[in-house]
Amino acid sequence: MPSPALIRSLAEARLHVVTGKGGTGKTTVAAALALALASQGKRVLLAEVEGRQGISQTFDVPPLGDDEVQLVRDPSGGELWGLSVDAKPALLEYLQTFYKLGRAGAALEKVGAIDFATTIAPGVRDVLLIGKVYEAAGRTAGPKRGQGALVYDAVVLDAPPTGRAVRFLNVNNEVADIAKVGPIKGQAESITRMLRARSTVVHIVTLLEEMPVQETLDAIEELSAARFGLGCVIVNQERAALLSEDAIDALGADDIEETVRADLVSVGVRATGPMVKGLVAEGRAHLERLDLEAEMRGEILAQGLPVLHLPALPDGIEGGGLAILAEALEGQGVA
Amino acid sequence: MATASKPLRTFDVDALIADPGVGIVVCCGSGGVGKTTTAAALGLRAAEAGRKVVVLTIDPARRLAQSLGLTELDNTPRPVTEVDGSRGGSLDAMMLDMKRTFDDVVEAHATPEKAAQILANPFYQAVSSSFAGTQEYMAMEKLGQLRAEADRTGAWDLIVVDTPPSRSALDFLDAPARLGSFLDGRFIRLLAAPARAGGRAYLKVFSAGVTLATNTMGKILGGQMLTDVQTFVAALDTMFGGFRERADVTYALLKEDTTAFVVVAAPERDALREAAYFVERLRQEGMPLAGLVVNRVQAVPAATLTASRASAAAEQLDEAAAGGSGGEGGTAGGGSGGGVTEELLRLHAEIAASAERQRALVSRFTTAHPRTAVTEVPAAATDVHDLAGLRAIGDALGA
Repeated sequence: MPSPALIRSLAEARLHVVTGKGGTGKTTVAAALALALASQGKRVLLAEVEGRQGISQTFDVPPLGDDEVQLVRDPSGGELWGLSVDAKPALLEYLQTFYKLGRAGAALEKVGAIDFATTIAPGVRDVLLIGKVYEAAGRTAGPKRGQGALVYDAVVLDAPPTGRAVRFLNVNNEVADIAKVGPIKGQAESITRMLRARSTVVHIVTLLEEMPVQETLDAIEELSAARFGLGCVIVNQERAALLSEDAIDALGADDIEETVRADLVSVGVRATGPMVKGLVAEGRAHLERLDLEAEMRGEILAQGLPVLHLPALPDGIEGGGLAILAEALEGQGVA
Repeated sequence: MATASKPLRTFDVDALIADPGVGIVVCCGSGGVGKTTTAAALGLRAAEAGRKVVVLTIDPARRLAQSLGLTELDNTPRPVTEVDGSRGGSLDAMMLDMKRTFDDVVEAHATPEKAAQILANPFYQAVSSSFAGTQEYMAMEKLGQLRAEADRTGAWDLIVVDTPPSRSALDFLDAPARLGSFLDGRFIRLLAAPARAGGRAYLKVFSAGVTLATNTMGKILGGQMLTDVQTFVAALDTMFGGFRERADVTYALLKEDTTAFVVVAAPERDALREAAYFVERLRQEGMPLAGLVVNRVQAVPAATLTASRASAAAEQLDEAAAGGSGGEGGTAGGGSGGGVTEELLRLHAEIAASAERQRALVSRFTTAHPRTAVTEVPAAATDVHDLAGLRAIGDALGA
């Protein structure tokens, strides 16, 4: 059953920001979350901002360009769209929308000003990247922003890793020193309002290993201090315990090797010394691993945030793994 | 896949660190594959083999940093104690402070007055602490400094560099050039032009486009920002002969024969794909690749037992137990009645299958890159916290 905390955290969420330490499967989890939402009849946008084409690799589609591309049409009526946000087209689009630039746009591009603004001007790049997500999240069917129904029921953002996430989301601070007035400043303020609203939640993906958990705890602290709404901690690649309590007790016994050897012989396995020792060593390593995972799980649960669990997929996401993860999320009350 | 052959070439880590002709080892790979740990373990192993080593880490996990005695981020190499120096080697370690490194560059190249002006500029502060490529650029800068110091003082004969945690390993190679070329780029030149001698004439040629561009940028970014940028660029410009040149010098260092790249990966699809991109890129750049380290490989202590035989034996034990021959107490042979052994066999089947999948992934890499030497480090149950743990990884690397 979904916990009340989880329901509270997700009920009002429209923008799901997914972060996590590098290597924890952030992109896969973001994709599974988006898929879970889409399979409940929602129209969902999955956006990435690091230009790594993670979405196209995850869904096995051609690299995404500047346009939103439909990835999945669910029988429930839900739709999943993908977008790889690039700063340069985002800036040009922004200039066109707000300034009707024409010749100036070309001039800017020609002297390298667009490259300058999107690559090096601090904070501007992040404002543009999130700005595009902001635009999509607030886009309506009517002729102007705010008129008509929202185009997307939910937006899932595959955000930069935990180490950079707070800085990325804190666009207002980033540009505050640089742009004291002007539209970029105004844009940053609107974005900040959206990111701090109850409709935005930040989820942190982790593995049950020391470094990712440590980064998760650090990120929870930093994100809270920066007043972002926290969603769930999503524990990825969680392994099932493969040994029962009885077996665990037996592994601790002095005569475990003789026991295993006798059992192997009884079913006709030519049990060598290294094989018996190896099986016992594998069992003990598994226990050590489970103990560590339990300790890590305890540290995460102590944070008091809702926790979602995703199983380790033996074959990765190839061959339907993403659907398994999406179902696991739905089964835990993601709606 | 039934069988996956061993890589054609084994990466001989000990030969690499014993080679006096190797002065720089760069560890790279995508985020989360254990680069920093690999760099630290390599450094320790080299030191205990007699090299005078300095390890430059970028963003070590807290406990790993503590194990190296890095309690503060002070941008200076500190000796690591408890290293076995009986072969004449030593180990120093440092953590990169990118802002401090950038400040040092400014202070070393400008008059105190000018330096103070630059350091106070908001644009400089933002670029030096948060620009996405600054960390990579400063890692390169620090590498150049360490190398110069090693040449000058003889304090070290081997520099091991960890690379910044980025999604893509390629960022380490690309970001410095990007930063260098933008700080040196046309738009910045044009912005700075009025501040330089002869700038006015230069500006005149482009003036229509530039005025349009700067006015538009001013409208969008706010006028103050442009003024700040202009002050910043003008100050930097008079300070030293081009950022690009500096970046180029360090980049050239990476192409020297005395440099060796070690690509680090985990036995996972994405990490190996990143490793493949990187290997390909090194080849294109003519940069020397020493080999690939695959971390966290599933160890199979009972390797002689196949997954299918283990599953079958587990089945048999299950049936025998269900047949009730031995009950709870045990079988005639003195076994457990199957319980624990059956579970261990099923666990073994999972472990063996997982190891097989990893082997297939690594083998896919080695098939595509047959000339890349590979070594594997088995997964440990827990993270590394101390020198003993690093030594164990070093042993696995050298094996």
